[in-house]
This record gives sequence, C-alpha cells and structure tokens, in this order.
Amino acid sequence: MDASPRFSTNGNNNTIPVMDLQKPDFSNLVHHWCRPARASSQPSSHDYADRFIPNRAATNMDLAQGLLTIPRKEDSMVGISSSREAYRKLLVDTLLQGRTRILKFRNQSRTPKRSCVYPPPVQPIKQNRRIPKEPEETLNVPDITCDWQLNLLDWGSNNILAVAVDDTVYLWNATTKSVSKLVTVDGPFYPITSVSWDPDCRRIAIGLNNSHVQLYDPATNKMIRTLQGNHQDLLVGSLAWNNYLLTTGSADGLIINNDVRIRSPIVSTYNNHSDGICGLKWSPSGQYLASGGTDKLLHVWDISKSDPLHRFNNHTASVRALAWCPFQNNLLASGGGKTDESIKFWNASTGACLKSVNTGSEVSGLLWNKSERELVSSHGLTKNQLVLWKYPSMAKMAELIDHGSPVLYLAQSPDGCKLASASEDETLRIWRISEKPTNKATSRTSFVVGPCNMYSSIR
Amino acid sequence: MASRTISKDIITLRGSAAIVSEFFGYAANSILYNRGIYPEESFGKVKKYGLTLLLTQDEGVKSFISGLTSQLSEWLEAGKLQRVVLVIMSKATSEVLERWNFNIETDAEVVEKGVIKEKSDKEIMREIQAIMRQIASCITYLPCLDEACVFDVLAYTDKDTTVPMAWVESDAKLINNPQMVKLHSFDTKMHKVDTIVSYKNDEWEDEE
Repeated sequence: MDASPRFSTNGNNNTIPVMDLQKPDFSNLVHHWCRPARASSQPSSHDYADRFIPNRAATNMDLAQGLLTIPRKEDSMVGISSSREAYRKLLVDTLLQGRTRILKFRNQSRTPKRSCVYPPPVQPIKQNRRIPKEPEETLNVPDITCDWQLNLLDWGSNNILAVAVDDTVYLWNATTKSVSKLVTVDGPFYPITSVSWDPDCRRIAIGLNNSHVQLYDPATNKMIRTLQGNHQDLLVGSLAWNNYLLTTGSADGLIINNDVRIRSPIVSTYNNHSDGICGLKWSPSGQYLASGGTDKLLHVWDISKSDPLHRFNNHTASVRALAWCPFQNNLLASGGGKTDESIKFWNASTGACLKSVNTGSEVSGLLWNKSERELVSSHGLTKNQLVLWKYPSMAKMAELIDHGSPVLYLAQSPDGCKLASASEDETLRIWRISEKPTNKATSRTSFVVGPCNMYSSIR
Repeated sequence: MASRTISKDIITLRGSAAIVSEFFGYAANSILYNRGIYPEESFGKVKKYGLTLLLTQDEGVKSFISGLTSQLSEWLEAGKLQRVVLVIMSKATSEVLERWNFNIETDAEVVEKGVIKEKSDKEIMREIQAIMRQIASCITYLPCLDEACVFDVLAYTDKDTTVPMAWVESDAKLINNPQMVKLHSFDTKMHKVDTIVSYKNDEWEDEE
C-alpha cells in the first residue's frame, strides 16, 4: 500500500510563520511608560530595526499549530500501482462471471465424413447402448444346488436353456417362454452335477453325483447312453463338447475325453490336476482345451497331445471361469476365485499372459459377448453382480446388480443378446445386453422343442 | 500508389460488428481447415484480407457458420458479446482438445451514445491478416489431432441477453491444465478482439 502520510513540507509554500517563543516586546510599552511626554505615537526608527517581530496578538495560534502537525490527506486518484490495477481487474473478471452467460450454438455441426483420412475406430464405443439394469425375466429355481464345482446351466444353440435343479433337469424355451421337464433322476444318481448341450443340440449330457454321465435326446426325453465307471464314483462337475467328443471333468481331478459315438468311448485321459475340476472349455477351433481346478491351476491341452501344452499357476484361487475369445484366435480369459478375484488373459499358443485385471470380487463365470467385443463376468460377494467389460480396454461398460447371493452359473443366448445367471438366492435371471442378434450363431429362434435333428449345424 | 490523401475510414458500430463477425467466420474456416476437422478437399480458396483463405464448401458447415456469424453480429451491435470460443472435441469421447478463445472488448461509450470512430480500413485489414497468418502457423506447435473431431461454438454474453432459438445454455468446456498461446489482436476502435488458443498438453497415448 502506497498511501503514506505526507507532511506539508512543500517547501516554499510555507506561509506559516515560525513560532518562536519570544520575549514580549516591552520596548514599546517601556517607551510609553518611560516617556509620557512623548505622547504622540510617532514610531521611532529603532522599533523596527533589523528583525521582524510579529504581533503575537494578531496571530492565530491554533490554526498555525494544526497546519503544522496534521498530515495532509493524500490525493486518492494519484498513481494506483500496477498490482492494485491487476487485482482490480481480476476482481472485475471474477465478479462479472455472474454477469456472463455462456451459450452454445445448437445446430450441431456436421459430423465430418472422415472415412478416407483417418481410420475409423475399430468398434465405435457406443455409449448410447442402453443396457437395462433390471433383468428381463426372473425364474424361480428353488433348491438349486450351489457348489463351485458344479455347472448346472447351459443355453443351447436351439435357444433352450437347460437348468438342473436338484434332481431334475428343466428346459426353458427362451422363445416361447415355456418350461418343460427333461428328466428326473432318482436314487444313487442324485443330485445332478452338470448339464451341457452338445453343439448340434441333438443331445444333452447330464453329469451325476455318482460319476455317471447320461446322454438324453431332448426330443423324446429318453436316455440315449450312459458313460459310467470312469471317474471312480466322484461327481462329474464339468462337461465340455467338442463335436462328437465329450470331455468330462470330475472331482478327482481326472479329465476324460469320450467319443460318444463308439462303444468304448474313452479316447484319452488327462491326469494333471491334483484336485477337483471346476472349469472345462474347448476353444472354438476345437484344438485347445482349457481346464481349471480347485488346485488353482489352469491347464491348456492340445487335442493331439496327452501332456498339457501350458500350465498356468498364476491364479491364487480355484479357476472356474474360463472363456475362449470368439473373435481373436487363441485368446483365453480365466477368472479366479475368492482370494484371487482377477481376470487373466492368455495367448494359448504361446503361453503368454497378456493382461490381468483385478475385479474386486470372486469371478465365478466368464463369457465373451458374441455380438460386441465385450467380456461378461459374474461375481460373488459383495455385489453379486454381472459386469460387462469392453475389450481390450477392460473398461466397465455396465454392472448388473440384482442377485441377492453370489452368482454361480452363467450362460449366454445363442444370438448373444441375453444372459442367464443363476445364484444361491434361488433365482434364474435373464438379462438383455444387446439389441442386435449376432448372425454368427446358429440361432433358430422359432425352434420349439421338437425334432432337433432336423437342422444342420455350422460345424 | 499515387499519392492521395488516404481518407481515414469512418467506422460505425454496425460496420465494426460486421467486420468482427466476418473475421470470426473466416477464422473458424481457417481453424477447421488447418486442424483437419474436415477433409482438405472440402475447402475452396477465396481472397480476403489480402490473403488466400480457405472456405468450406460443405453446405452443412457453411450454413452453420453463417447462422452463427449473423447472430454474433447482432450481439456485437448490441454490445452484449464478451467472447466467442471455438471448441474442438474428440468425436468419440467428447473430450475437449482445443479451445480457440476470442475475447471481445466493446467500447461501452460507443454502444450507448452511438459515437462514430475513425480508423483506417487498411489498418484493420492488416491486423486481421496478421492473426490469420498466425492461425495458419499454429499447426507447427499444436498437438496432432489423430482422431475424428467435431467443433462447437460458445458465446459468452451478458446475462440479460435473450437466448435465441438456435442457442442453448452450456458449460464453459474448459481444458484441464491447458497450454495457452496468445495470438495477435485487432482493434476497430469499437471492438477489440484478442485471440488465445489453449490446448491439451500433448501426452503419449497408451491405449488403443
């Protein structure tokens, strides 16, 4: 601040008489007193000799004193410093914000047709795709057995969802929304531990608690075949089809490839897991088999070899969620259980781990979205949610939270538009994730549970 | 040039408003061309301000800009326009990449009292020319716009302005931690236009 008191030291303007304490001038008086004869006031020259002696009585003492001591007020208009000026401007600007209105020209500028110069993004991120947060349908599945090693849900390419509830397999036709019962097993076979449609949907395989695997014809509800005695009486929790090959994985860690056409079905046996198998998936090409176990190992097998191609022990919990990428060859996604909670991506041919993403919750199922480049994962506590991830950025596109307990079983409709999830809260929920059906799938939406062998498969 | 008295041109408020809004139209075209928002083929050459400038031939963009400039001219005459901003955003993510800020200082006395000022037309042209050259040279230091972009125009007006049909209220669309470069300004004695371009710091993109 520059305002400083200024004294009236303006030099020459000083018209104030200097105040000295002076002896009163008695000379005049004396003069009068002493020489009364000279009554006339004829001033003698020696009265005003060589100094100016002010007349004290005539001076205004108070005014003089004031002018000397009180500082003169500074002229406020003089010389505002530059910093004050800047401050003032800033103040004006900030205050004037309240005075300004920002308007945007509404007629949207034409989106540039830039197809020639810049390559358009591979998959434009369609933010405006509405993924409903509520399930489209909820079905009750009371008493559904929940175990990490079981796989009780499968959505066949005939658009029929097969779900095993306790001792019965129900078929829910997603097109007609009708439910029918396939079979109820009894006695020693109870409960059902896994369900899997074969790729043509001509057969449905059911794994049982006593290590038997039964094949049924959904058209007639009759059992076609039983595979038994191979798994030492332990439950068969995982099934995977590869054309005519049915791979069964059981709680004893054995993986057996069965050719269901021939009399002695066993083609090969893999025995590299030390504990129960919870996940089993064939790659779309049919060349690789991925198996995950409660021993936290993930094996990738080549169909032609009996030793595993790769052995991944990166997961710190049992690996149940496995999914092969439909649009990128040899890309496998695996999800870990409670202490792991991560999704890892692998190149099955080279064995490299491409990416690892922490999800914050146990991953119980993984699926690749057939219509978009997305990954769906199902989780347990605490949100029990289904997450839709954009691949490869792994950005969360949507989180579907509705289940009251951990989601255990996950399946996708053949056209890629819907998801089915079943959990311990005894509900099976159908979610819509996409509007446009993928035309890659052999979806016959008009199909009813009839003679399935009528239509030919793509394989 | 033969010696003749160069008569200083008289500028009226309306004339000044026209100059400024026309400038903005050309500047916007120049920015769209130089930053590659629209393909180069869609621009045609014209002579203006003693330079060869490029104007878009695309009907949609043309009508967009002309609608814009006519409104700006109206606001300028009323003395209500404080600033015009051309915002360049990424088409995919709607993230603001660049912000071309044209600050406008209006001589209030002119608006209120209708005083007429004098300034040589040539001089104004020269000043505008300098700005246009600068815009063209900006591409040397502005970061590459690798993705498809769209642009928006914002107008900062007085609060008491009525919002015309084609305009909506908007936020400022600012950039976080921008780099700013101040360009030349021009002055018509009634309106003084400053140009600043702020852009996002050039970072290495690490995904996709």
